[in-house]
Amino acid sequence: MSKRIDVKDLNVYYSKFLAVEDVNINIDAKSVTAFIGPSGCGKSTFLRTLNRMHEVIPGARVEGEVLLDGDNLYGPGVDPVTVRSQIGMVFQRPNPFPTMSIRDNVLAGVKLNNTKISKGEADVLVERSLQGANLWNEVKDRLGKPGSGLSGGQQQRLCIARAIAVEPQVILMDEPCSALDPISTLAIEDLINELKDQYTVVIVTHNMQQAARVSDKTAFFNIAGTGKPGKLIEFGDTPTIFSNPTEKATEDYVSGRFG
Amino acid sequence: MTTTSLTKSRGAGHTGDKVFSAAALAAGCLILVVLFGVALFLVIQAYPALVAPPDKIQGGEGFFTYIWPLVIGTLIASVIALVIATPIAIGVALFISHFAPRKLASGLGYVIDLLAAIPSVVYGAWGVAFLAKEISPAYNWLANNLGWLPIFQGPASATGKTILTAGIVLAVMVLPIITSLSREIFLQTPKLHEEAALALGATRWEMIRMTVLPFGRPGIISAVMLGLGRALGETMAVALVLSSGALTASLIQSGNQTIAAEIALNFPEASGLKVSTLIAAGLVLFVITLGVNMIARGIITRHKEFSGAN
Repeated sequence: MSKRIDVKDLNVYYSKFLAVEDVNINIDAKSVTAFIGPSGCGKSTFLRTLNRMHEVIPGARVEGEVLLDGDNLYGPGVDPVTVRSQIGMVFQRPNPFPTMSIRDNVLAGVKLNNTKISKGEADVLVERSLQGANLWNEVKDRLGKPGSGLSGGQQQRLCIARAIAVEPQVILMDEPCSALDPISTLAIEDLINELKDQYTVVIVTHNMQQAARVSDKTAFFNIAGTGKPGKLIEFGDTPTIFSNPTEKATEDYVSGRFG
Repeated sequence: MTTTSLTKSRGAGHTGDKVFSAAALAAGCLILVVLFGVALFLVIQAYPALVAPPDKIQGGEGFFTYIWPLVIGTLIASVIALVIATPIAIGVALFISHFAPRKLASGLGYVIDLLAAIPSVVYGAWGVAFLAKEISPAYNWLANNLGWLPIFQGPASATGKTILTAGIVLAVMVLPIITSLSREIFLQTPKLHEEAALALGATRWEMIRMTVLPFGRPGIISAVMLGLGRALGETMAVALVLSSGALTASLIQSGNQTIAAEIALNFPEASGLKVSTLIAAGLVLFVITLGVNMIARGIITRHKEFSGAN
């Protein structure tokens, strides 16, 4: 249950402002793809266009195609709600629903699609999702407690459990560790490694070591200057990008000479 | 003790600190003193009516026989107002905060706030001169078709000056309070949580049900309680609209009376024990309002753990 994503000639606009220009990228199923690049280069914006979450921002729109196993996300008659239920997202700051218990948080997405889930099925799903997010042992005795009572790292894993509970095709992660301490970060990175057995994972990160550790392929985005659109500079196997990049800009960035 | 660089301090900063803390303390105490003063005044002035022999009180059967129909009348009018106003107010607030285009939203919010600025006597005049007349055919219909329900028992009032009309006028009056407070609360829902819901594949309404409404719950309760406060104490509109009388179950006949309107209508000509009786009625209203607020607080704190405040 994982699908590949192919992006063709994608431009992203905020009203009239061109934010990301002409991206072509092919993301393999059951792999981890990392987006790196300096702040403001449009990598988060681009990530959001992969499940149409950019539409939450007034005025944001795209031109071009994003194909999920050949089906265009922006085709006529495609409902963004359906897109998002197949392409899940984990955000920069952990955001479990504060008014729900841990258990209800995991089930939140599932209950949207299938309101008549039985208690037994729900129990199985909660355990499987929390196991999948490496959180089960820590919370199994307090599933009825609010999710906001967990530590930051646990909350982020709860958000991952919530995302995988709906069994999406792809999981997008927007700097999932930037608000976490190193131990929690390690836990999430281990988890990402396990997730790729079943899911297509795309992760935006500011941390180049993290990109090198978790990803199979890396895409480097850059921006020519303020007010200019962000562009995909180079995309390739992670070891190649970090040790032997084709582009000068990539080499400068990954070697820490700028950005 | 020797003077070191650490024991010296900026004198002026400290004085400012002390003045500010004293001023804040005084302001806090003043509120308590005023509240206590009002309560004390009510109790002292009401005391003669509470201990007077029953036959001296209006109605001739003692204070409690006199007051309880008024308490029920007050509660009925307020409950009607809240039942009508709350869903509409939440709907309008959600429309403004999450559905309307930005230009329309700000215009609409402005108009709603304007509704709150209209004096109650104007609402009363509108209620008696327009609403009561226009709505009496509807009361006839209710009496004919749903008359088997005690609350719609006929014959319906020909003038339309009933407790239901008063409740509707009160609903219009509390609508802006509940709407503008709820709107402010809804706008404060963290973007983070709204996006979390949308990213799970929630529609806009599902997103609102998952994040906006639970997050806004304590705020909605507070807003409704503030509205209830206004409805309970509203005097002029009820005094004008309601053709008062004895307690009746039917909402579409004339009859019933609220505490506030009873005080306003009788106070000018009252003297002696009658004044005490009316002030005692005021004391009862005071206690009801206090009780309502405490219950609301209780509801809010009971759900604190899941409120999102932590």
